[in-house]
Amino acid sequence: MSSSDVAFAFKNGLRFFGREIHPAEKAEIMERPAEAVPLPESAPHEGGNSTTSVLRFITCGSVDDGKSTLIGRLLHDTKQILEDQFAAVARASRSRGFAAPDLSLFTDGLEAEREQCITIDVAYRYFATPRRKFIIADTPGHEQYTRNMVTGASTAGAAVLLADATKGLLAQGRRHLYLAHLLGIREIVVAVNKMDLVDYAERVFDAAREAFSAFAAPLRIPRLSFVPLSALAGEMVVARGARMPWYRGPTLLEILEGIEPERAARARPFRFAVQLVQRANGERRYLGRVAAGTVHVGDEVLVLPAGRRTRVAAIHTLEGARDMAQAGDSVALGFTDELDVSRGDSVAHAARPPRSARALDATLVWLAEQPLVPRARYLLKHATRTVRARLAGVAHVVDIHALEPRIGRSSLAMNDIARVALELAQPVFADAYAEERATGAFILIDAASGHTVAAGMIR
Amino acid sequence: MTPDRSHLDWLESEAVYILREVAGECARPALLFSGGKDSLVLLRLAEKAFRPGRFPFPLLHIDTGHNFPEVIVFRDRRAAELGETLLVRSVEDSMRRGSVRLREGESRNAAQSVTLLEAIEELQLDAAIGGARRDEEKARAKERVFSFRDGFGQWDPRRQRPELWDLYNPRVGPGEHVRVFPISNWTELDVWQYIAREKLEVPSLYYAHRRAVVRRNGLLAPVTGLTPPRAGEAVEELCVRFRTVGDVSCTCPVASRAATPAEIIAETAAARVTERGATRMDDQTSEASMERRKREGYF
Repeated sequence: MSSSDVAFAFKNGLRFFGREIHPAEKAEIMERPAEAVPLPESAPHEGGNSTTSVLRFITCGSVDDGKSTLIGRLLHDTKQILEDQFAAVARASRSRGFAAPDLSLFTDGLEAEREQCITIDVAYRYFATPRRKFIIADTPGHEQYTRNMVTGASTAGAAVLLADATKGLLAQGRRHLYLAHLLGIREIVVAVNKMDLVDYAERVFDAAREAFSAFAAPLRIPRLSFVPLSALAGEMVVARGARMPWYRGPTLLEILEGIEPERAARARPFRFAVQLVQRANGERRYLGRVAAGTVHVGDEVLVLPAGRRTRVAAIHTLEGARDMAQAGDSVALGFTDELDVSRGDSVAHAARPPRSARALDATLVWLAEQPLVPRARYLLKHATRTVRARLAGVAHVVDIHALEPRIGRSSLAMNDIARVALELAQPVFADAYAEERATGAFILIDAASGHTVAAGMIR
Repeated sequence: MTPDRSHLDWLESEAVYILREVAGECARPALLFSGGKDSLVLLRLAEKAFRPGRFPFPLLHIDTGHNFPEVIVFRDRRAAELGETLLVRSVEDSMRRGSVRLREGESRNAAQSVTLLEAIEELQLDAAIGGARRDEEKARAKERVFSFRDGFGQWDPRRQRPELWDLYNPRVGPGEHVRVFPISNWTELDVWQYIAREKLEVPSLYYAHRRAVVRRNGLLAPVTGLTPPRAGEAVEELCVRFRTVGDVSCTCPVASRAATPAEIIAETAAARVTERGATRMDDQTSEASMERRKREGYF
């Protein structure tokens, strides 16, 4: 996308103020443009070498979908739950009058949560199989779910959406799918849970799959898979069980083991945000992590905001010099030219650079209890750069229940999702979030309180 | 073809990124270093992040005065080998000042919070980097990577800042600080695998050795000058190792013959009891005792 295209798109974004909303835009909320970089076509769930060693995923479900039981089941059946934890859960289950240990209690909350009747937005759970380490973002489903889910989804490479087999596709499931998609999750697994309550009937699973597929079609989610399961009985989660011989696909764990989100990140143009500059052995080194793509010694790169081209002279690590680094690697770069580069500057693929933007058209999710104050001072943190930001306008707020845009709002409250225009005191070096998460995401910080108040995705 | 990254590469790279963010964003950070395995991993990660430069922060140990002597010797040697500054602040000094007052026989473990907060105030720290992991305990599972502490050093689970992507927010006002946990996403097994891969030296207590212990509340309590056997307890000499190394008065070893990192990895993978459950008397006092201590400013 050229900068004039961007400017045009930005003006387009502003044109919504004070006029009737265009029907095309209403559709656009659910129909974002197709992903710029195609994913590998290979079948995701069949053997092969796992190229990603860690998968972060989020579980989304409503209060009674059995999310906690599913997480408890994953931890239990992959042997992550140890005897003292199990004993504590068995004790708690007995005191609540249950005959058998309730697996959902493994993810039970804190004393502060019980006392104050609140739920902390996200807890992280860990399990590992011989193939992979998993990090689950466990977000409570009932309260403040937009904020919670957005937080958990921001670092997730995959989402497991729980659907209750006895209920089919509810409005809640549509919202979870929308939010997972909004946050750029390319791998979505719909787990049709509670199959034990519908006699493990294939037609129930088929109906749920059809309903979800129809709803998801306009989103063009790169990979959407479905698995029938019973978290309670442990069918098709880790073990296949014996009750659903009609299902020939992979278990939930097999699906999760086959997902490879990092492969796509390596194929994208090189992005690197400078965290620190170091002088070592008479030369300057630029410390940071490769956000996207790969870089080799000798590559021509563009340094922003200087706008200077240079070549990568060296890639340093504690273990010594390397020939190349790829998305996710923390390294130190050396360049062939002496440049004035500092923290917050950006190094990028010379032919496919990010755009330098002082005005952003973005989707904003408001996270703070204090509403947005249009005239307040905010700081915007994008990659390693923090700049002053000002709200130029709210185009529309998405009605999360109807999944439709509503115009005429100038402020935002907690859990609101809005399309906004922002003006920045200095430029950031950005890509569209849909193309590159690492350079398309930002947070807003209230300059007075220092608190994080919003999450943003550049359009 | 590009080399595949192992889960340890992934965890290491994330932690290095976090340490560099602290250096880039915080004016006066310090790294909490006890000589224990998690903080030894932090030191290696700091080498990965900053060598050949010096660390952009001093090391800080909050010493209860009840540590295992070999750990203290190890701590001092490691800091000297690295050529980095080690600051030690002592719970006993807080007791002399009157800011820590303990009941007869009460463990000094929780009192570390007071000394830590005093050190943070004295050194005007805006960030304290620690080796806590989310897999340790359920209050830890809800902890941020950059965790805000108010002017009283309190962790308020309700007022945590949302933490999205890798856009950390370490902004604090006067008297406030953040705790930063670069190995939040590591498990006990990951830590040992990393120690093995990086060939990190750890205090000898972590490996199997013979030690006088008594059986107490389902745990093996070490018999030391500080922790003599109680009336009626039979002292046994068993082959044990420590899974965590903390205050002598509340840290227990487990029966083990594991003498190398590889043997510990095998044992950890097959472990039937959690790290803290097997070793910490202080966590057993109440289901929520870690959570309460954290709210009062604990690590």
